[in-house]
Amino acid sequence: MNMLKIENLHARVEGKEILKGLSLSVNAGEVHAIMGPNGAGKSTLGNVLSGRDGYEVTAGSVTYNGVDLLALEPEARAAAGVFLAFQYPVEIPGVNNTYFLRAAFNAQRKARGEKEFDSMQFLKLVREKLKVMQISDELLHRAVNEGFSGGEKKRNEIFQMAVLEPQLAILDETDSGLDIDALKHVADGVNALRSPDRAFLMITHYQRLLDYVVPDFVHVLADGRIVESGDKSLALKLEEHGYAGLGEGAAA
Amino acid sequence: MSQPAPLPLVESLFDAPLPASGIAWLDAARHENRAAFAAGGLPDTRVEAWKYTALRALGQRRFARGDDGATSRVVAASTFALPGVDGPRLVFVNGVFRADLSALDALPAGLTLQPLSQVLHDDAEPLRFVLSRPALIGDTREVGDVFTRINAASAAEGVMLRVAAGVKVAAPVQLVFVGAVADVELAWHLRNVIELGKGAKLSLIEQHVSDAEPAQLATVVSDIELREGAQLHHTVLQNVAIATSLMRRSSVRLHARAHAMLHALELGGALVRHDLRAELVGDGARFDTRGVFMPHGRQHIDTQLAIRHQALNTTSTSTWRGVANDRARGVFRGAIVVAPGADGSDASLSNKNLLLSPSAEIDTKPELEIYADEVKAAHGATVGQLDERSLFYLRSRGIPLAEARALLTAAFCRAVLDDLPNEALREHLSGLLVAQLPA
Repeated sequence: MNMLKIENLHARVEGKEILKGLSLSVNAGEVHAIMGPNGAGKSTLGNVLSGRDGYEVTAGSVTYNGVDLLALEPEARAAAGVFLAFQYPVEIPGVNNTYFLRAAFNAQRKARGEKEFDSMQFLKLVREKLKVMQISDELLHRAVNEGFSGGEKKRNEIFQMAVLEPQLAILDETDSGLDIDALKHVADGVNALRSPDRAFLMITHYQRLLDYVVPDFVHVLADGRIVESGDKSLALKLEEHGYAGLGEGAAA
Repeated sequence: MSQPAPLPLVESLFDAPLPASGIAWLDAARHENRAAFAAGGLPDTRVEAWKYTALRALGQRRFARGDDGATSRVVAASTFALPGVDGPRLVFVNGVFRADLSALDALPAGLTLQPLSQVLHDDAEPLRFVLSRPALIGDTREVGDVFTRINAASAAEGVMLRVAAGVKVAAPVQLVFVGAVADVELAWHLRNVIELGKGAKLSLIEQHVSDAEPAQLATVVSDIELREGAQLHHTVLQNVAIATSLMRRSSVRLHARAHAMLHALELGGALVRHDLRAELVGDGARFDTRGVFMPHGRQHIDTQLAIRHQALNTTSTSTWRGVANDRARGVFRGAIVVAPGADGSDASLSNKNLLLSPSAEIDTKPELEIYADEVKAAHGATVGQLDERSLFYLRSRGIPLAEARALLTAAFCRAVLDDLPNEALREHLSGLLVAQLPA
């Protein structure tokens, strides 16, 4: 069974059809890169999978571990192991980063019928993850993303992912707006989390993230559909030739 | 203009026998206030100060004055117990002093804490000036001040608190006003007189709470005077029963370099109004207020803040948050006047409001009048809803919708309690805020 099976997905935003029959299968342990030009529907895919309001699915299905993912509330998807790293992480003044993360962590455990962590247990876990992610614990004491630099926000997303340990991580343009050092840090974080039980869907506009996080599969998303799929060499081909002219064979 | 029939409320309050003090000037003042109240009646919403708070429904009700059984009402100590607060305590139940619930043994030197009735009994003369007029600040002939009139006519009890010059009281003093269920619907009235001498320091906790669900009307009028360099840390927790109407007026007068810091939580009550007035009459005086009003159900909570800067280099900061849910209504007026001559004053006011339901309403009205030079002033008010992007962010991490809303709402209110120094109390009050949120 595929971990994630997207079949013929059609979705609209504000009445406009963005996804037009997207199909994709992802197995545990795989890293898939979704590439494509602006407006192709890349972010829409991430938002539909994570359950954001305002995205209307008009046809098709998304099955996650045998369950109809689209029928679940966003919090239930998270508890089931789906994680979206936001393209634009939200600043939440007044909510402490650690407090927020523990609330999320325990809410997920509670939803799965697992015992919640007390603050000591949780702190221990956070310390371990900090070491792996090479993030300063100063970020933990601040309000969620408030006053964070672009790089800090993206690293905070990856740090949250490390703590929440999802089965399916969707990275929505996590590389955008990062300088090369920040990009490497983010990539190191992702690589540290690669495992046979976990799958990644990396949505990106540029090939450069894929130099650091090497994907098993690369898909080209154009005009709401996957128009070409291949291995990592496809990304290099895109880098060389651009999106123009690609996928003509598949789209026919 | 034809004279309408007197409202049941006015009639019932007028008909109640006035407390007899046996003190000629006091009895005269009470009669005068009662007559003024009866003549003025209740203001309607055409009166600016009552524009958003209608007294129509309250006006149709009748209340009996005084609770004969007040001394024997069973009130659990848990009704008013607060973490981090274990000092002198004065407790009133249905407007009656309760020695058995109070803690007045071993008061620190320099602290006077007594029920007003006792002071009136022992020697009323020093209070003559204060009690001959309805309240410390403001023109009480204004139509809106009807409840101060009722209070001045009817209150025979309250708090008498004095801190002698130079005395710094270490333990917080707790003033507790409890409404308890009686055989009839009661009206009760309390009059508080609080004075901090030069350089005195006090932490004060004022609690308005209920035992069970009494349907009653209470009025509480407080005069607070801070002499030169006095420092008051005042925390107000208003969490009365949902059937209670509570009308308060607090007047704070600050002399040179005096500093008052107020933290207020307005959570309970059916119809609640607090007129909070401050006059900064001495150079360098400072008045800081932080407050949250959080009505839900069909509650109506109205806070009227009026600050007058009257001396050089005075400062006021006001940070208020309103959160209304269901069909509730919140009202906030923040009026700051910088009077001629109050040069170098600094006044800032922020009132942000959150509507958690489409049927909730908050009316906010910041007002700023400046008649002095070199004044720094900033004020702003907003009304909005929870940010959808933030809600989705929290939910996408696994936090259920209700919890996400509670978390964001608590965060919205956080600025109000942040600088409350008593940590145990701060945690407790934060918890009360969260408990008020919809599950």
